Amino acid sequence: MKRLVGVLIGAFVIFGVFGQVVAAQEQELPREETLYVGGGLWSQPNNFNPLIPWSAVTGTIGLIYETLFNYDPLNDKLEPWLAESGRWVSDNVYEVKLREGLTWQDGKPLTAEDVKFTFELHKKYPGLAYHQMWEWLQEVKVIDDRTIQFVFSTPHYEEWKYLLYQIAIVPKHIWQNIDNPVEFANVDNPVGSGPYKLYKTDQMRFILVRNDNWWGIKYFGKPAPKYIVYVIVYSNNLALSMLVKGELDWSNFFIPGVPDVKAQYGIVTWYDEPPYHLPANTAFLFLNTQKPPLDNPEFRRAIAYAINPEEIAARASQNQVTPADPTGLLIQYPAFKKIYNKEAVDKYGFKYDPQKAMEILDKLGFKDVNGDGYREFPDGKPLKLTIIVPFGWTDWMEMIRVISEQLAIVGINVEPKFPDYSKYWDDLTKGNFDMAINNFGSNVVATPWQWFNWVLNQDVTPIGENFYNGNFGRYKNERVAELLELINVEKDENKKLQYYYELQEIFLKDLPYIPIIYNGAWFEASPEHWTNWPTAKNPYAFPISWNGYWQMGGVKVLLNIKPVKAATETTTTEEKTETIVQTVTVTPTETATSSTETGGICGPAILVGLAVVPLLLRRRRS
Amino acid sequence: MMNYLKRKIVIYILTFIFAVTIDFIIPRLMPGDPIAVLLSRFATMPQATQYLHGYFIEAFGLNKPLWEQYITFWKAVLHGDLGISIYFYPKPVAQIIKEALPYDLALLVPSIVASWIVGNWLGAYAGKNRKLDSYLMPVFFFLQASPYFWFAILLAYIFSVKLELFPLSGAYSYGIIPSLSWAFIKDYLHHWVLPFLSLFLVQLGGWAIGMRNMIIYELEADYVRYLEALGSSERTVMRHAFKNAMLPQITGLALQLGLIVAGNVTVQVVFSYPGIGYILMQGILNQDYFLIQGCFLVIILTVLAANFIIDIMYALIDPRIKAAYVEG
Repeated sequence: MKRLVGVLIGAFVIFGVFGQVVAAQEQELPREETLYVGGGLWSQPNNFNPLIPWSAVTGTIGLIYETLFNYDPLNDKLEPWLAESGRWVSDNVYEVKLREGLTWQDGKPLTAEDVKFTFELHKKYPGLAYHQMWEWLQEVKVIDDRTIQFVFSTPHYEEWKYLLYQIAIVPKHIWQNIDNPVEFANVDNPVGSGPYKLYKTDQMRFILVRNDNWWGIKYFGKPAPKYIVYVIVYSNNLALSMLVKGELDWSNFFIPGVPDVKAQYGIVTWYDEPPYHLPANTAFLFLNTQKPPLDNPEFRRAIAYAINPEEIAARASQNQVTPADPTGLLIQYPAFKKIYNKEAVDKYGFKYDPQKAMEILDKLGFKDVNGDGYREFPDGKPLKLTIIVPFGWTDWMEMIRVISEQLAIVGINVEPKFPDYSKYWDDLTKGNFDMAINNFGSNVVATPWQWFNWVLNQDVTPIGENFYNGNFGRYKNERVAELLELINVEKDENKKLQYYYELQEIFLKDLPYIPIIYNGAWFEASPEHWTNWPTAKNPYAFPISWNGYWQMGGVKVLLNIKPVKAATETTTTEEKTETIVQTVTVTPTETATSSTETGGICGPAILVGLAVVPLLLRRRRS
Repeated sequence: MMNYLKRKIVIYILTFIFAVTIDFIIPRLMPGDPIAVLLSRFATMPQATQYLHGYFIEAFGLNKPLWEQYITFWKAVLHGDLGISIYFYPKPVAQIIKEALPYDLALLVPSIVASWIVGNWLGAYAGKNRKLDSYLMPVFFFLQASPYFWFAILLAYIFSVKLELFPLSGAYSYGIIPSLSWAFIKDYLHHWVLPFLSLFLVQLGGWAIGMRNMIIYELEADYVRYLEALGSSERTVMRHAFKNAMLPQITGLALQLGLIVAGNVTVQVVFSYPGIGYILMQGILNQDYFLIQGCFLVIILTVLAANFIIDIMYALIDPRIKAAYVEG
């Protein structure tokens, strides 16, 4: 009896897991040819559809599918990728010339037809991410196999620059047979044009294998890692321990204690000294400009003077971030630096000065009437504000604790609150908050317009209705609306600069929001298995592997890193792995189709089935 | 027997309808908007986000009145269609569950069965042997009183962080491809040990305490005295006592099958173990109505099925119940 139970338990363990696994050949990925990356995957990898980039896993665009251009934020250069060149042939026609010898991963040529097809998919299916570009794009013309012309009704020059390195091209011969590209997960066998192919996915990671027939080899060389394993790591501490053990090669996590880790394990970061990282975006303190007293620019200015970003950087992120410029612009990057209005900053900018904050508040009539240490409204009503950030975002939680302490010093009573993420996002987008920290759309981009269009977007809805643009405090200003529109459609760079200058001046005078710190482009790399990582001394690429960043430098990292130990006998194993790729990629198709039929309730079904057994036995006996 | 079955089936169907209705309502009472959460990842294109929000609200049918959603939901459930996950868009919920379920079964079934067997055995032993009892009981109480997640964290801290004997998370190493090879099985078992142990040990305490109390009670019973008076061997006495003590333990097993799901969620979260519990947690954090519904549906079905089996087995094993229903 006992033995039987033992066997049963064993059988359950083994069949439970292996039931769905086809008995393939044993394989462990060769460590010296495999790159382990983490930091940009937060849920099961199960969507490799580049047309829905908000849901596609990181690397879908950039590694499997490619864009016409890549963007290098370090040098502010749109780099031709699938395109050989691109230029405005007239005010409203942009012409792209494709490179010679472009191919898809299945060997078919990539032509102008594919590009036209991709752009027109966005017109046909409103659920695709860039559907709205067709409000100002009129037509995509194929001139010849390698030449495409984009004809615009109203050219949005700034937006277009962004889309050129965001829209991934998909193969017409495959996607024209897909019923609804919005609901297409594309996990079975995604065919792109990129340097890597999908090898395998499971609940915790996905594995890519190098495409040795990549068209780009003759232009850029071959990327070094044969396999890329992109892993989900659920906590920063786990990432740290994996990094120091050499289990993670390239990490884009915020990792506490970077100086110690660097000294002990030789971990590579961008800078050798604080802040160690490049900035990735600006974290703003959003103020609800529709609620008194935050609707008063002078009151907002008082808050700005009362906040000391140095202390926030030190306490919340151990100086791995830097205080933001009063404009909040990412002036470390040339694209932002060239539009930076230094004069306006000198004139209207602010810096930490609690004395001045108190003077402003006194002047506005906010005084402590009841003697509890906090100021009241001029009419004597109690003044109490809240700040929200999502629960569990430890560095932000610390940030708002510091901010509320600092505001208490000047007599403003602020309570930090930590709702769950979904509640936070709901309150933020519906305008049900006083103050909140956010940075989602203030990223490093090719055009500062994009950045401003997030933080100051003027399509404001009334409080209570969802509004997803960065202008969460619903700051309204007609001139800002005009300027955002003008910058987008202006071709003359000088005029554009004047608009940018004016925009910054308004921002500094009106101070709708307070830029706090530059959030880091976290990058830590282990030199144990791979070397020649990009750093400030060797700045060949922006070293981030997050979703949407591969075409901004991630691919270049892969092209430049070098294995510590040269791989042996790569040529002999190559054919073998080819065949495995085949078996592995075919099998999921079958399981996927069968699962939709059975509805995934086999487990309970078996249990119900088991329930019948004793009944049958019983009947036979009587 | 048929009457007994009929009555049971009606009760089970009613329970199912009630549970599924609650399953539908609860996620919708949570504050927040799942589509908005989903699209918050796509912040760089503000206008597009605004537009896509409307599109997907409609696509998921979340713009319809609640009663209409409820009817659609039942129709789909009866067709075995659990919908498309919002968080794991566009993966079907059924497929997500199907992929996660093996990990649950491989963890749950062995831990429940093993803890039940070992716990009953140890409990019976303790009940018989007073000296041993005084050492074992505090251990049992400690185990039984530990919350799953707390015990899991304790094990993780000792065996993974301090002693580095077992890995901290996942179901297998990142660098290995699942296959029927020895290397993989070894790696899998290595990751399986700690989650298994935390479930096994906590449950073990409960079983042992129950069994020990029952055995002590049975050993005081008249039939035992009678057997002793007849001069039966200790072995025979124990066999009879054990048999009688087992009945409540079987009921306990059914109840435990229901309760274990809750414990399993926390254990899987601690070890990032990719079973239903873990998926459910992610679904809840991201307000994925369809994923939450799907996971709960599976849990409801599993619990109902387990209870149903036990009900039937009970009728077969316990002559008193059988008699009551056969006659009535």
